[in-house]
Amino acid sequence: MNAQDLSAFPMALQGDNVPMVSFKNVTKSYGSLVVLDALDLDVAEGEMVTIIGPSGSGKTTVLRMLMTLETINEGVIYVDGEPLTHMPNGNGLVPANRSHLRKMRSKIGMCFQHFNLFPHMTALENCMEGPVHVLGLSKKEARERSEELLALVGMAEKRDQHPSRLSGGQQQRVAIARAMAMRPKVMLFDEVTSALDPEVIGEVTNVIRKLVAEHNLTMLMVTHQMGFAKDISDRVCFFYGGRIEEQGTPDELFGNPRRERTQQFLSAVKEAV
Amino acid sequence: MLDWNWQFTWEILPRLIVATGNTLLAAGLGYGIAVVIGLVFALAQRTPFSVVTIVVREAVEFIRSTPLVLQIFFVFYVGPQFGIRLSPWTAGMIAIGLHYAAYLSEVYRGGIESVPKGQWEAATSLNLSTARTYFRVVIPQALPPSLAGMGNYLVGIFKDTPMLSVIGVAELMHTANAIGSETYRFLEPYTLVGVIFLLISLPTAAGIRLFEGWVRRKLGMVS
Repeated sequence: MNAQDLSAFPMALQGDNVPMVSFKNVTKSYGSLVVLDALDLDVAEGEMVTIIGPSGSGKTTVLRMLMTLETINEGVIYVDGEPLTHMPNGNGLVPANRSHLRKMRSKIGMCFQHFNLFPHMTALENCMEGPVHVLGLSKKEARERSEELLALVGMAEKRDQHPSRLSGGQQQRVAIARAMAMRPKVMLFDEVTSALDPEVIGEVTNVIRKLVAEHNLTMLMVTHQMGFAKDISDRVCFFYGGRIEEQGTPDELFGNPRRERTQQFLSAVKEAV
Repeated sequence: MLDWNWQFTWEILPRLIVATGNTLLAAGLGYGIAVVIGLVFALAQRTPFSVVTIVVREAVEFIRSTPLVLQIFFVFYVGPQFGIRLSPWTAGMIAIGLHYAAYLSEVYRGGIESVPKGQWEAATSLNLSTARTYFRVVIPQALPPSLAGMGNYLVGIFKDTPMLSVIGVAELMHTANAIGSETYRFLEPYTLVGVIFLLISLPTAAGIRLFEGWVRRKLGMVS
């Protein structure tokens, strides 16, 4: 192992306007294939950042690293001012151990392309599992919280159904409620509409719109729904070849893309619609 | 002509029925050991500690690659040389239990590997502990695809209990042999043993299939 020099990275981010999420010089590679190349990305508290780009550009990897589903090779990720991938030890940072990861993970929730609901549990049980067994809530509290969230996503009536009895859009809405039940500070949406039939995409995007409107959540979203991204995002990042090729407000990026690759990508996407 | 003696048959039947109880007890106990130790074997092969993984994997391979009857002899007759004196029952249960644990661990391993990666990732994203992830998320889903294999080995261990007769466990085969050597009639006791095995194996196999469907429905995993 050639350990990277971590002395350049602070043990915590301090001061005013500490970003909720901060990637500092983060590199991820599989063997010689570099998936993310020295990524620097800050997401402010309450900000909605959408990541777009061609497949293989590293979009999903950004979310998976934040959820600690992937390790990183270089750099440090900070969440809520504290290092996520590393932890303070004496005067410097060392790679995070399991208990540090568990502590930090509680700040982050994620929804997946294929929902990943637990098939042997009902919608309600899916939502209650984490609050009861991770957060230590009583069954009653967890049930109240879960029912509230299932109502928010319009799934209150289906709370006693198993996932196999639910449509894709319904499963994804339950998955959103399940993630929200952990009260994360950061929510990650990884292509949550990509596996859905076109006619049910709206029911999931509407739920996300509602979350943006009603909760002060920090969100990172990977999507191919350009219209939705344009409507909802505070900022859009276009990824290409493991780097942020261009970023800006939706108006800037969609209305007036400056980089050639962004223009090519957006016109290719437009043609496909 | 077939020299079948019905009167003799009825005379020996009660002894064989008592012995059937011992056979069922041996199969049940042995299977109980195998189900639990098999899970330990399967989970031990998934720990992050590579020494444990390698030792358990090699032990499982060793058990699967040598005959059960040799293992039974080994535990019963070689054990005392190392100061481990066991009754036929204890030695038999250890040998047959470990033997089938090795096979069941492979069934479990297949079942666990059939659980989609997304389920593990969802468990991580909810911050569930490793133990909770296994016992609440992964194993319940690994169970239905494992049941057919587990059922096969239940019938298998039942049919292998006659091997315990070699160390003197008074199960069906042992009793039939005893009757044979007392009376010099082998046709009736051995035939009855075969019929009894058949009468138990067939409904068990059917019952397992029903149970599999019931578990799937119970877990809400209707396929």
